[in-house]
Amino acid sequence: MGFDQYHEPAHELPDDVRTFARLCASLTEEAEAIGWYEQRLAVESDRAAAAIMRDAQGEEFKHFCMDLEFLLRRTPLWRDIARGILFCEGDIVAHGEEAEEAAVEGAGERGDDVVGSGSLGIGSLRQAAR
Amino acid sequence: MSHLLREFAPITSAGWAEIDDEARERLAPGLAARKLVDFSGPHGWEHSATNLGRTEKVGDPPGDGLSAVRRRVLPLVELRAGFSVSRAELADVDRGARDADLDALDEAARRLAAAENRAVFHGWDAAGIVGIAEASEHEAIALGDDCERYPRHVAKAVEALLAAGIDGPYGIALGPDAYTRVLETSEHGGYPLLQHLREIVDGPLVWAPGVDGAVVISLRGGDFLFESGQDISVGYDHHDAGAVHLYLEESFSFRVVTPEAAVRLNP
Repeated sequence: MGFDQYHEPAHELPDDVRTFARLCASLTEEAEAIGWYEQRLAVESDRAAAAIMRDAQGEEFKHFCMDLEFLLRRTPLWRDIARGILFCEGDIVAHGEEAEEAAVEGAGERGDDVVGSGSLGIGSLRQAAR
Repeated sequence: MSHLLREFAPITSAGWAEIDDEARERLAPGLAARKLVDFSGPHGWEHSATNLGRTEKVGDPPGDGLSAVRRRVLPLVELRAGFSVSRAELADVDRGARDADLDALDEAARRLAAAENRAVFHGWDAAGIVGIAEASEHEAIALGDDCERYPRHVAKAVEALLAAGIDGPYGIALGPDAYTRVLETSEHGGYPLLQHLREIVDGPLVWAPGVDGAVVISLRGGDFLFESGQDISVGYDHHDAGAVHLYLEESFSFRVVTPEAAVRLNP
Protein backbone atom coordinates (compact mmCIF):
# COMPACT_ATOMS: atom_id res chain seq x y z
CA MET A 1 0.00 0.00 0.00
CA GLY A 2 1.38 3.39 -0.95
CA PHE A 3 1.06 6.75 0.76
CA ASP A 4 0.91 8.83 -2.39
CA GLN A 5 -1.63 11.27 -1.01
CA TYR A 6 1.14 12.88 1.03
CA HIS A 7 3.27 15.35 -0.86
CA GLU A 8 5.37 16.09 2.24
CA PRO A 9 6.80 13.57 4.78
CA ALA A 10 3.74 12.27 6.65
CA HIS A 11 5.44 12.44 10.06
CA GLU A 12 5.94 16.19 9.63
CA LEU A 13 2.25 16.81 8.93
CA PRO A 14 -0.27 17.59 11.68
CA ASP A 15 -3.25 15.24 12.10
CA ASP A 16 -5.78 17.58 10.53
CA VAL A 17 -3.67 18.05 7.39
CA ARG A 18 -3.24 14.26 7.03
CA THR A 19 -7.01 13.84 7.29
CA PHE A 20 -7.48 16.61 4.74
CA ALA A 21 -5.05 14.89 2.35
CA ARG A 22 -6.83 11.53 2.76
CA LEU A 23 -10.17 13.06 1.85
CA CYS A 24 -8.61 14.86 -1.14
CA ALA A 25 -7.28 11.49 -2.31
CA SER A 26 -10.69 9.91 -1.75
CA LEU A 27 -12.36 12.72 -3.73
CA THR A 28 -9.99 12.05 -6.63
CA GLU A 29 -10.73 8.31 -6.54
CA GLU A 30 -14.48 8.89 -6.54
CA ALA A 31 -14.17 11.24 -9.53
CA GLU A 32 -12.07 8.66 -11.37
CA ALA A 33 -14.63 5.94 -10.63
CA ILE A 34 -17.46 8.16 -11.92
CA GLY A 35 -15.52 8.63 -15.16
CA TRP A 36 -14.81 4.92 -15.47
CA TYR A 37 -18.48 3.97 -15.00
CA GLU A 38 -19.45 6.60 -17.56
CA GLN A 39 -17.15 4.92 -20.11
CA ARG A 40 -18.34 1.40 -19.24
CA LEU A 41 -21.98 2.45 -19.54
CA ALA A 42 -21.29 4.00 -22.94
CA VAL A 43 -20.17 0.63 -24.35
CA GLU A 44 -22.30 -1.86 -22.35
CA SER A 45 -25.12 -3.43 -24.36
CA ASP A 46 -26.43 -5.76 -21.63
CA ARG A 47 -29.27 -3.83 -19.95
CA ALA A 48 -29.01 -5.68 -16.62
CA ALA A 49 -25.26 -5.08 -16.40
CA ALA A 50 -25.78 -1.43 -17.32
CA ALA A 51 -28.40 -1.06 -14.57
CA ILE A 52 -25.97 -2.39 -11.98
CA MET A 53 -23.23 -0.05 -13.12
CA ARG A 54 -25.63 2.89 -13.16
CA ASP A 55 -26.50 2.07 -9.55
CA ALA A 56 -22.80 1.79 -8.69
CA GLN A 57 -22.09 5.14 -10.34
CA GLY A 58 -24.82 6.66 -8.18
CA GLU A 59 -22.92 5.46 -5.12
CA GLU A 60 -19.80 7.20 -6.42
CA PHE A 61 -21.78 10.42 -6.93
CA LYS A 62 -22.80 10.22 -3.28
CA HIS A 63 -19.26 9.47 -2.07
CA PHE A 64 -17.82 12.31 -4.14
CA CYS A 65 -20.35 14.78 -2.72
CA MET A 66 -19.73 13.66 0.88
CA ASP A 67 -15.97 14.02 0.45
CA LEU A 68 -16.42 17.44 -1.11
CA GLU A 69 -18.74 18.65 1.64
CA PHE A 70 -16.26 17.53 4.32
CA LEU A 71 -13.41 19.38 2.61
CA LEU A 72 -15.48 22.53 2.11
CA ARG A 73 -16.47 22.55 5.79
CA ARG A 74 -12.80 22.43 6.75
CA THR A 75 -11.80 25.18 4.28
CA PRO A 76 -13.92 28.34 4.54
CA LEU A 77 -12.18 30.05 1.61
CA TRP A 78 -12.81 27.04 -0.66
CA ARG A 79 -16.41 26.94 0.54
CA ASP A 80 -16.93 30.63 -0.25
CA ILE A 81 -15.55 30.17 -3.76
CA ALA A 82 -17.66 27.03 -4.30
CA ARG A 83 -20.76 28.90 -3.19
CA GLY A 84 -20.25 31.37 -6.03
CA ILE A 85 -19.84 28.66 -8.68
CA LEU A 86 -21.89 25.59 -7.80
CA PHE A 87 -25.57 25.44 -8.78
CA CYS A 88 -25.37 28.85 -10.49
CA GLU A 89 -26.76 29.41 -14.00
CA GLY A 90 -24.61 31.26 -16.54
CA ASP A 91 -20.96 31.54 -17.44
CA ILE A 92 -18.98 29.14 -15.22
CA VAL A 93 -15.62 30.82 -15.83
CA ALA A 94 -17.02 34.27 -15.06
CA HIS A 95 -18.64 32.97 -11.88
CA GLY A 96 -15.31 31.40 -10.93
CA GLU A 97 -13.36 34.63 -11.34
CA GLU A 98 -15.96 36.64 -9.42
CA ALA A 99 -16.27 34.08 -6.64
CA GLU A 100 -12.52 33.85 -6.16
CA GLU A 101 -12.06 37.60 -6.01
CA ALA A 102 -14.91 38.12 -3.57
CA ALA A 103 -13.93 35.19 -1.35
CA VAL A 104 -10.23 36.11 -1.11
CA GLU A 105 -11.07 39.74 -0.43
CA GLY A 106 -13.58 38.74 2.23
CA ALA A 107 -11.13 36.34 3.85
CA GLY A 108 -8.49 39.06 3.95
CA GLU A 109 -10.87 41.52 5.60
CA ARG A 110 -11.82 38.93 8.19
CA GLY A 111 -8.17 37.99 8.71
CA ASP A 112 -8.91 34.39 7.83
CA ASP A 113 -6.10 31.94 7.38
CA VAL A 114 -5.68 32.14 3.60
CA VAL A 115 -2.11 30.89 3.34
CA GLY A 116 -1.78 28.56 6.32
CA SER A 117 -0.41 31.21 8.69
CA GLY A 118 -1.82 29.69 11.89
CA SER A 119 -3.74 32.91 12.50
CA LEU A 120 -6.84 32.88 14.72
CA GLY A 121 -8.58 34.66 11.85
CA ILE A 122 -9.90 37.61 13.85
CA GLY A 123 -9.08 40.42 11.42
CA SER A 124 -11.35 43.44 11.25
CA LEU A 125 -14.28 43.56 13.67
CA ARG A 126 -16.01 46.53 12.04
CA GLN A 127 -18.98 44.37 11.06
CA ALA A 128 -19.25 42.98 14.59
CA ALA A 129 -19.46 46.44 16.19
CA ARG A 130 -22.96 47.57 17.00
CA MET B 1 6.20 24.70 9.56
CA SER B 2 5.67 28.30 10.65
CA HIS B 3 7.71 30.20 13.24
CA LEU B 4 4.90 29.55 15.74
CA LEU B 5 6.31 26.01 16.10
CA ARG B 6 2.89 24.64 17.00
CA GLU B 7 3.85 21.20 15.72
CA PHE B 8 6.45 20.86 18.48
CA ALA B 9 3.95 21.36 21.29
CA PRO B 10 2.71 18.23 23.10
CA ILE B 11 -0.86 19.22 22.23
CA THR B 12 -3.35 17.15 20.23
CA SER B 13 -5.63 18.53 17.52
CA ALA B 14 -8.47 18.61 20.05
CA GLY B 15 -6.28 20.56 22.49
CA TRP B 16 -5.30 23.11 19.85
CA ALA B 17 -8.90 23.51 18.77
CA GLU B 18 -9.90 24.23 22.39
CA ILE B 19 -7.10 26.75 22.85
CA ASP B 20 -7.73 28.55 19.54
CA ASP B 21 -11.49 28.72 20.13
CA GLU B 22 -11.01 30.05 23.66
CA ALA B 23 -8.51 32.66 22.44
CA ARG B 24 -10.87 33.87 19.72
CA GLU B 25 -13.77 34.06 22.15
CA ARG B 26 -11.82 36.00 24.78
CA LEU B 27 -10.08 38.39 22.41
CA ALA B 28 -13.00 39.55 20.29
CA PRO B 29 -14.94 41.54 22.94
CA GLY B 30 -11.93 43.64 23.93
CA LEU B 31 -10.41 44.42 20.54
CA ALA B 32 -12.08 47.83 20.33
CA ALA B 33 -9.69 49.39 17.81
CA ARG B 34 -10.58 46.77 15.20
CA LYS B 35 -14.24 47.73 15.57
CA LEU B 36 -13.57 51.35 14.67
CA VAL B 37 -10.46 51.81 12.50
CA ASP B 38 -9.52 50.57 9.02
CA PHE B 39 -7.87 47.15 9.07
CA SER B 40 -5.44 46.07 6.36
CA GLY B 41 -4.00 42.58 6.10
CA PRO B 42 -2.95 40.23 7.44
CA HIS B 43 0.13 40.61 5.24
CA GLY B 44 2.11 37.78 6.83
CA TRP B 45 4.90 37.37 9.36
CA GLU B 46 7.51 38.46 6.82
CA HIS B 47 5.85 41.86 6.38
CA SER B 48 8.18 44.19 8.29
CA ALA B 49 7.19 47.77 7.57
CA THR B 50 4.42 50.08 6.39
CA ASN B 51 5.20 52.28 3.41
CA LEU B 52 4.64 55.92 4.38
CA GLY B 53 5.31 57.21 0.87
CA ARG B 54 7.74 59.78 2.26
CA THR B 55 11.47 60.33 2.21
CA GLU B 56 14.13 62.04 4.30
CA LYS B 57 17.42 63.51 3.19
CA VAL B 58 20.56 61.44 3.48
CA GLY B 59 23.74 63.44 3.89
CA ASP B 60 27.15 62.86 2.35
CA PRO B 61 26.30 60.97 -0.85
CA PRO B 62 29.29 58.91 -1.98
CA GLY B 63 30.39 61.15 -4.85
CA ASP B 64 30.20 64.72 -6.16
CA GLY B 65 27.09 66.16 -7.79
CA LEU B 66 24.74 63.71 -6.10
CA SER B 67 21.75 64.03 -3.85
CA ALA B 68 20.10 61.26 -1.91
CA VAL B 69 16.96 60.58 0.07
CA ARG B 70 15.97 57.61 2.12
CA ARG B 71 12.48 56.08 2.22
CA ARG B 72 10.65 56.52 5.50
CA VAL B 73 8.76 53.48 6.74
CA LEU B 74 6.91 52.59 9.90
CA PRO B 75 8.26 49.27 11.21
CA LEU B 76 5.74 46.73 12.44
CA VAL B 77 5.89 45.92 16.12
CA GLU B 78 5.65 42.33 17.37
CA LEU B 79 3.46 42.10 20.44
CA ARG B 80 3.44 38.92 22.49
CA ALA B 81 1.59 37.79 25.63
CA GLY B 82 2.80 34.54 27.22
CA PHE B 83 0.64 32.06 29.11
CA SER B 84 0.77 28.47 30.32
CA VAL B 85 -1.69 25.60 30.10
CA SER B 86 -1.59 22.65 32.48
CA ARG B 87 -0.85 19.36 30.72
CA ALA B 88 -3.36 17.65 32.98
CA GLU B 89 -6.03 20.07 31.73
CA LEU B 90 -5.05 19.33 28.12
CA ALA B 91 -5.32 15.60 28.81
CA ASP B 92 -8.82 16.19 30.15
CA VAL B 93 -9.74 18.07 26.99
CA ASP B 94 -8.69 14.97 25.03
CA ARG B 95 -11.01 12.92 27.27
CA GLY B 96 -13.84 15.21 26.29
CA ALA B 97 -13.82 17.73 29.15
CA ARG B 98 -15.69 20.91 28.17
CA ASP B 99 -14.66 23.04 31.15
CA ALA B 100 -10.87 23.19 30.82
CA ASP B 101 -9.10 25.72 33.04
CA LEU B 102 -7.65 28.22 30.57
CA ASP B 103 -7.59 31.21 32.93
CA ALA B 104 -4.01 32.10 32.02
CA LEU B 105 -4.99 32.25 28.34
CA ASP B 106 -7.97 34.45 29.18
CA GLU B 107 -5.71 36.82 31.11
CA ALA B 108 -3.19 36.93 28.25
CA ALA B 109 -6.01 37.73 25.82
CA ARG B 110 -7.13 40.62 28.03
CA ARG B 111 -3.57 41.97 28.21
CA LEU B 112 -3.04 41.76 24.46
CA ALA B 113 -6.40 43.37 23.60
CA ALA B 114 -5.83 46.23 26.04
CA ALA B 115 -2.30 46.79 24.73
CA GLU B 116 -3.50 46.90 21.12
CA ASN B 117 -6.21 49.41 22.05
CA ARG B 118 -3.77 51.51 24.03
CA ALA B 119 -1.30 51.64 21.14
CA VAL B 120 -4.03 52.69 18.70
CA PHE B 121 -5.80 55.24 20.89
CA HIS B 122 -2.98 56.59 23.09
CA GLY B 123 0.13 55.71 21.08
CA TRP B 124 3.32 53.83 21.85
CA ASP B 125 6.38 56.07 21.73
CA ALA B 126 8.98 53.32 21.75
CA ALA B 127 7.30 51.63 18.79
CA GLY B 128 6.92 54.88 16.83
CA ILE B 129 3.13 54.75 17.01
CA VAL B 130 1.15 57.96 17.51
CA GLY B 131 -2.29 57.31 18.98
CA ILE B 132 -5.60 58.74 17.82
CA ALA B 133 -6.21 60.71 21.03
CA GLU B 134 -2.72 62.20 21.04
CA ALA B 135 -2.86 63.10 17.36
CA SER B 136 -6.26 64.79 17.55
CA GLU B 137 -6.11 68.47 16.65
CA HIS B 138 -9.33 69.28 18.47
CA GLU B 139 -9.44 70.60 21.99
CA ALA B 140 -10.05 67.73 24.40
CA ILE B 141 -13.43 67.64 26.12
CA ALA B 142 -13.66 66.76 29.81
CA LEU B 143 -15.97 63.78 30.23
CA GLY B 144 -16.37 63.95 34.01
CA ASP B 145 -18.35 61.60 36.23
CA ASP B 146 -21.80 63.03 35.60
CA CYS B 147 -23.27 60.65 33.05
CA GLU B 148 -26.27 62.86 32.39
CA ARG B 149 -23.91 65.29 30.69
CA TYR B 150 -22.37 62.66 28.41
CA PRO B 151 -24.82 63.25 25.52
CA ARG B 152 -23.89 66.93 25.57
CA HIS B 153 -20.14 66.14 25.51
CA VAL B 154 -20.51 63.61 22.71
CA ALA B 155 -22.73 65.98 20.71
CA LYS B 156 -20.06 68.67 21.12
CA ALA B 157 -17.43 66.25 19.80
CA VAL B 158 -19.59 65.40 16.78
CA GLU B 159 -20.17 69.10 16.16
CA ALA B 160 -16.39 69.71 16.22
CA LEU B 161 -15.89 66.96 13.64
CA LEU B 162 -18.62 68.32 11.40
CA ALA B 163 -17.19 71.82 11.68
CA ALA B 164 -13.83 70.45 10.51
CA GLY B 165 -15.50 68.88 7.48
CA ILE B 166 -15.23 65.34 8.81
CA ASP B 167 -18.21 63.30 7.71
CA GLY B 168 -19.86 60.51 9.70
CA PRO B 169 -20.96 58.04 10.72
CA TYR B 170 -19.00 58.25 13.94
CA GLY B 171 -18.15 55.77 16.67
CA ILE B 172 -17.11 55.99 20.32
CA ALA B 173 -14.42 54.01 22.09
CA LEU B 174 -15.29 54.15 25.79
CA GLY B 175 -12.81 53.17 28.50
CA PRO B 176 -14.11 50.54 30.96
CA ASP B 177 -15.00 52.99 33.75
CA ALA B 178 -16.95 55.30 31.49
CA TYR B 179 -18.57 52.33 29.72
CA THR B 180 -19.82 50.88 33.00
CA ARG B 181 -21.27 54.24 34.03
CA VAL B 182 -23.05 54.56 30.68
CA LEU B 183 -24.42 51.04 30.89
CA GLU B 184 -25.82 51.67 34.37
CA THR B 185 -27.51 54.92 33.50
CA SER B 186 -30.97 55.65 32.27
CA GLU B 187 -31.96 59.21 31.50
CA HIS B 188 -35.12 60.90 32.62
CA GLY B 189 -37.97 58.79 31.33
CA GLY B 190 -35.91 55.61 31.53
CA TYR B 191 -34.33 55.89 28.07
CA PRO B 192 -30.97 54.04 28.12
CA LEU B 193 -28.02 56.40 27.86
CA LEU B 194 -26.19 53.82 25.74
CA GLN B 195 -28.87 54.04 23.07
CA HIS B 196 -28.98 57.83 23.18
CA LEU B 197 -25.21 58.09 22.62
CA ARG B 198 -25.41 55.66 19.71
CA GLU B 199 -28.07 57.79 18.10
CA ILE B 200 -25.97 60.93 18.47
CA VAL B 201 -22.98 59.40 16.70
CA ASP B 202 -25.07 57.28 14.31
CA GLY B 203 -22.65 54.42 14.93
CA PRO B 204 -21.27 51.95 17.46
CA LEU B 205 -20.25 52.55 21.05
CA VAL B 206 -17.59 50.01 21.98
CA TRP B 207 -16.07 48.85 25.24
CA ALA B 208 -12.37 49.69 25.02
CA PRO B 209 -10.08 48.29 27.72
CA GLY B 210 -6.82 50.24 27.74
CA VAL B 211 -8.52 53.51 26.81
CA ASP B 212 -8.67 56.42 29.26
CA GLY B 213 -11.93 58.35 29.01
CA ALA B 214 -13.34 58.11 25.52
CA VAL B 215 -12.58 58.95 21.91
CA VAL B 216 -15.12 59.91 19.24
CA ILE B 217 -13.89 59.11 15.75
CA SER B 218 -15.19 59.21 12.21
CA LEU B 219 -15.92 55.84 10.60
CA ARG B 220 -15.99 57.21 7.04
CA GLY B 221 -12.74 55.34 6.35
CA GLY B 222 -9.22 56.29 5.30
CA ASP B 223 -8.39 58.25 8.47
CA PHE B 224 -6.96 55.64 10.86
CA LEU B 225 -5.01 52.71 9.44
CA PHE B 226 -4.21 49.51 11.33
CA GLU B 227 -1.85 47.33 9.30
CA SER B 228 -1.60 43.71 10.37
CA GLY B 229 1.42 41.60 9.52
CA GLN B 230 0.66 38.40 11.33
CA ASP B 231 -2.82 38.53 12.83
CA ILE B 232 -3.17 37.28 16.39
CA SER B 233 -1.97 33.68 16.59
CA VAL B 234 -1.13 31.16 19.29
CA GLY B 235 2.47 29.91 19.24
CA TYR B 236 4.54 27.40 21.20
CA ASP B 237 7.45 28.41 23.44
CA HIS B 238 8.44 25.36 25.52
CA HIS B 239 7.02 22.73 27.83
CA ASP B 240 7.93 20.86 31.00
CA ALA B 241 6.41 17.99 32.95
CA GLY B 242 3.52 20.05 34.27
CA ALA B 243 2.64 22.68 31.68
CA VAL B 244 2.91 23.83 28.10
CA HIS B 245 4.09 27.41 27.73
CA LEU B 246 2.46 29.23 24.84
CA TYR B 247 1.96 32.79 23.68
CA LEU B 248 -0.44 35.02 21.81
CA GLU B 249 1.37 37.03 19.19
CA GLU B 250 0.70 39.56 16.47
CA SER B 251 2.63 42.08 14.42
CA PHE B 252 1.13 45.39 13.40
CA SER B 253 1.62 49.07 12.75
CA PHE B 254 -0.82 51.91 13.17
CA ARG B 255 -0.89 55.41 11.79
CA VAL B 256 -3.20 58.39 11.88
CA VAL B 257 -3.75 59.92 8.46
CA THR B 258 -6.32 62.56 9.45
CA PRO B 259 -5.65 63.87 12.97
CA GLU B 260 -8.73 66.08 12.87
CA ALA B 261 -11.02 63.04 12.39
CA ALA B 262 -11.17 62.30 16.13
CA VAL B 263 -11.98 64.11 19.36
CA ARG B 264 -10.63 63.05 22.72
CA LEU B 265 -12.84 63.04 25.81
CA ASN B 266 -10.65 63.06 28.90
CA PRO B 267 -11.77 61.14 32.01
